[in-house]
Amino acid sequence: MQRLFEKLQKAKIIDASGLTVFPGGVDIHTHIAGAEVNTGRLMRPEDHVKDVVRKTSVTRSGVGYSVPSTFTTGYRYSRMGYTTIMNPSMPPLEAKHTHEELNDTPMLDKASYPLLGDWWFVLEYLQKGDLTECAKYVAWMMGTAKGYAIKIVNPGGLESWGFGRNVHSIDDQVPNFCITPREIMCGLAKVNKMLNLPHTIHLHTNNLGLPGNYATTLDTMRCLESVATGDKPVAHITHLQFSSFAGDDWRTMRSGAEEVAKYIDNHNHITFDMGQIIFTDTTTMTADGPFEYTLYELSGHKWVNSDVETETSGGIIPFHYKRNNVVNATQWSIALELALLVNDPWKWCMTTDHPNGGPFTAYPKIIAWLTSKKARAATLKKCHKKAQKRSLLPSMERELSLYDLAIVTRAGQAKTLGLKNKGHLGIGADADVAIFSLNPEKIDIARKYKTVRRAFGDAAYTIKDGKIVVKDGEILQHADGRTIWLDVQTAEQVTVDEEMKRRFKEYWTVEYENYPVTDHYIKVSDPITIKAEV
Amino acid sequence: MIILTPLRQFQFPVIAECINPDVFQGKSMNEIAALEVWEGNRKKNLGDLFKIQEDPAETPNIILNGESSQVRRVGMGMKNGEIEIYGNVGMHVGEKMEGGKITVRGDAAGWAGSDMKGGLIEVLGNAADYLASPYRGSSGGMSKGKIIVHGNAGSDVAVFMKGGLIKIHGSTGPFLGFRMRGGTIHVEKDVGRRVAACMTGGKIVISGTLEDIPPTFTIDAIKPKVKIEEGDKANGPFYVFLGDRAEEGKGKIFVLKEKNPKLNQYEKFL
Repeated sequence: MQRLFEKLQKAKIIDASGLTVFPGGVDIHTHIAGAEVNTGRLMRPEDHVKDVVRKTSVTRSGVGYSVPSTFTTGYRYSRMGYTTIMNPSMPPLEAKHTHEELNDTPMLDKASYPLLGDWWFVLEYLQKGDLTECAKYVAWMMGTAKGYAIKIVNPGGLESWGFGRNVHSIDDQVPNFCITPREIMCGLAKVNKMLNLPHTIHLHTNNLGLPGNYATTLDTMRCLESVATGDKPVAHITHLQFSSFAGDDWRTMRSGAEEVAKYIDNHNHITFDMGQIIFTDTTTMTADGPFEYTLYELSGHKWVNSDVETETSGGIIPFHYKRNNVVNATQWSIALELALLVNDPWKWCMTTDHPNGGPFTAYPKIIAWLTSKKARAATLKKCHKKAQKRSLLPSMERELSLYDLAIVTRAGQAKTLGLKNKGHLGIGADADVAIFSLNPEKIDIARKYKTVRRAFGDAAYTIKDGKIVVKDGEILQHADGRTIWLDVQTAEQVTVDEEMKRRFKEYWTVEYENYPVTDHYIKVSDPITIKAEV
Repeated sequence: MIILTPLRQFQFPVIAECINPDVFQGKSMNEIAALEVWEGNRKKNLGDLFKIQEDPAETPNIILNGESSQVRRVGMGMKNGEIEIYGNVGMHVGEKMEGGKITVRGDAAGWAGSDMKGGLIEVLGNAADYLASPYRGSSGGMSKGKIIVHGNAGSDVAVFMKGGLIKIHGSTGPFLGFRMRGGTIHVEKDVGRRVAACMTGGKIVISGTLEDIPPTFTIDAIKPKVKIEEGDKANGPFYVFLGDRAEEGKGKIFVLKEKNPKLNQYEKFL
């Protein structure tokens, strides 16, 4: 107690009167590191040349814009008051690469979700109906790849893509496995519960990005009802905007947000993030290889597609979202409709699915759209006439308060992730604080949306682990963030025996010895120990 | 008129996009001398690197005197006015230029007139690779304006070109007009291999020898002459090739019959 008192006396006092004080920002879904992000960097020199960052006495040089270099990513998040981010797609085979890049992403605490939805081990055990064994291997994988949550992308579709096919509903068969996406999602949601993982399954739905896919999304949410008990969420549907299209084809494509939002409002087992699109030139990247191929067919742009052995697939293609394109403008509207139609702000998180919907540096714009009807109207006015007609936004009066905003950018994100020390300023919280030069008592945030945008673009102060790292939008000092991962303890641990090594030889091109992410790979390790029920 | 003379031979690239009549407009000599440039990784002022003199003559607005082959991005994005360069100039001269005129009385390095949108660039010496081509990875390309090169040009000239005119009095290297979509190119001498690969539109006129015609082009006609621009015609007869068929393209390559006797094998397909 004495020491704490002495420490407090030495503490620097920041006068934050008349300013907005938030916990450090949390981002549940942002592609900032790993194999696909790096391939995105390689294929977009023309994206970097327009946003070159020179070094300063504190910061390193780098480039933006849609796929920034690692250091620039850290600095830019920190400048917006963010302190924790989640890298949502890590093929376990590329885990070492991902962690090397995360080590070089400063100012932030971070974690990665390994892609497990189409991993052959999971498919094999789910096919046999052996959930306990499946759970054991998922637990093993969390420690081996140093991951945080189960990421499922287009369940079954990625495995089918290896054979040039895809699944088109949650009851289509996955080739060679006699299993359906429904069984994969429910199986892994049950495994997630058995292992007591802090986050739910992190789900990218089937048929993503195709007109009429809101029906698949509703099917997906309904099928997960069987796993839910009580009020606890069992699945997080990520970038829901891309999964809420109605209509029969691209010409008749319209918003399915109303139906989807209504379902989520009436049920407690689903959380989601927006996947807001920004009208700009960006780079889309996802493990959903077949979807990226669809985008290539639409745009004819340069593209990359890959199959990651027995684990997943991947694809990258640059994309320019335009206001005068009906589909793009409708997509912009859908994300905001979803956010504003769902009454409980704890059920959703603000994201752009960086860089798929747009770079994370556009968050202040989204904040303005969420908090101000005037800001929404100003953007909608510039959109394609047809999209304006189809949009539900003009009928929506809702404007988020700063409290709601704190939930959707921090508290709710941390709660959904199960991060106990993040997203609040109570006892036990990490000393991550963001202060913005915005006085809500003097400024009507719904009217002065440009002031709001400026304030959230450059934080007055960002405090990471008790250190002031940003002041007035300038980086003051370098800080290394921690890498959070799960050490899941099952009653019977997976042993790497001869049988396992044989499977490795058969399934992967790497030897087992080169596969796991060993402790020395992680600069500042922050494992969370979890006691599993199996 | 402002006359800039390098104070020394530059060892490192000088990034000087401020050498632009629009930027100099209405600025005093001191203000011009204080403009920011980068020499290598050091931030400098224009006055640290160049002797700056004023001359009462009106045009050209800027004269760059002496060896400037390390000075890059001269006239980048300029909209009006005239720059005259006595000597060689560095990469990206006239990049994204929208109007006005740049005359290079020497050689221009790579990416001259890259992503050009208007105006005129005249190079009295040679132009290096990527003349009028976009930055790596980009599919922008020259959309308007005119480039005249009195000497030769390097490889990858006019990649992704959408419009405008390029006249080269000498020869060019390989990949001339790669992925070209529109506009006109006239080369008076020889052209390297892989000409117009993946072309979907536009016109390339070759009045010299062509190393080979890509296999995805088909012969369409023999024409006595072809229009380059208003008041300028190239005299033939020319073989006219259509392509690139692999891209379902509608581009045209005109190759002078007289200088390319080996192409007469195509005549039987007419």
